[in-house]
Amino acid sequence: MTAEIVAKQFLEAVRSKDLLWWLSGRSEHTLVDMFRNVFGKTLGILGYTIQYGCIAHCAFEYIGEFVVLSGPSMEPTIVNHDIVFSERLSRHLCKIQKGDIVIAKSPFDPNMNICKRVIGLEGDKVCTSVLSDLLKTHTYVPKGHVWLEGDNFRNSTDSRNYGPIPYALIRGRVCLKLWPPQSFGTLSESPTKAIIKSQSGSNSD
Amino acid sequence: MAQQAGRRYLRAFVSGFFVAVPVTVTVLDRLAYVARVEGVSMQPSLNPEGGSEDDVVLLDRWSVRNFQVQRGDVVSVLSPRNPQQKIIKRVIGLEGDFIRTLSYKNRYVRIPDGHLWIEGDHHGHSLDSNNFGPVSMGLLHGRASHIIWPPNRWQRMKPSLPPNRGPLETEDDD
Repeated sequence: MTAEIVAKQFLEAVRSKDLLWWLSGRSEHTLVDMFRNVFGKTLGILGYTIQYGCIAHCAFEYIGEFVVLSGPSMEPTIVNHDIVFSERLSRHLCKIQKGDIVIAKSPFDPNMNICKRVIGLEGDKVCTSVLSDLLKTHTYVPKGHVWLEGDNFRNSTDSRNYGPIPYALIRGRVCLKLWPPQSFGTLSESPTKAIIKSQSGSNSD
Repeated sequence: MAQQAGRRYLRAFVSGFFVAVPVTVTVLDRLAYVARVEGVSMQPSLNPEGGSEDDVVLLDRWSVRNFQVQRGDVVSVLSPRNPQQKIIKRVIGLEGDFIRTLSYKNRYVRIPDGHLWIEGDHHGHSLDSNNFGPVSMGLLHGRASHIIWPPNRWQRMKPSLPPNRGPLETEDDD
């Protein structure tokens, strides 16, 4: 009699255990599958985000970026709210030349950028006088520095106010104007007398 | 078969390359940078023996993304004299501080807005703000957070001002 009961219990246990195992195995399987799916997808999205983020960073940092310019200092070459493309390669290769329009970090506020024309490179003699001055004063640009001036002589805060700025502050060279569409094109040629004079002066040397 | 396998291998290599290079460049630009310290200008904090073995430091670039540094931090700065070169110095004064200079043209200097006063620890053997004046904050490159190379000198670098250097206190109190 006891043997009969034991055998019955055993059989039940086996059956229930079997059932449990089957159930647990199945549910575990689907859970793991689901988890793996969700996890894998999240990881994949994260990976793609990081990858494309890094590619975007490299493109903006080493090739070029689009910039909306504001302020009157570069009129008439660039007026308020124009969109330009600034390329970074010539800055990294140290190929900035006289007459280029560059975007640089402001020496007094690193979060602000300024857009000016390069008037002199290191060792050049530049005219430091503001328009109102009667006497013309000259100075030499020190090593590793550039002299920046806005095209709008009357309304521009530039090297005439705060002196030469370090070359390493330059972020990029403005090479293409994209907006407004009627003035689309390169910006290489142009500007006011001072640059023409200094460029012809450098050419004749 | 071999050609196919080779092509698959090449494709995997190229795609891996296009992932690895941008990720590495971004990490070096944004998060952390490893640089070897040359010269004696930061003795005795860095390169204490001088000559024999150069220290390697970890530059934390994430913490300076908003141009926030403390007095006493060791920072790397793009040299204002030579844009290709980076210099590593200690921050002595922030914008608005009054500094007693060591060998600058003016005895006392007020640091202009957006500028730092940096000096090497080894006075007299360092090309620093005493030569070229305050440097613009925009030239800031990174903050040296750890010495990682000679393994026996592995340590976190704490901000510390050298004795009797720093901003003149009287101006702050007023």
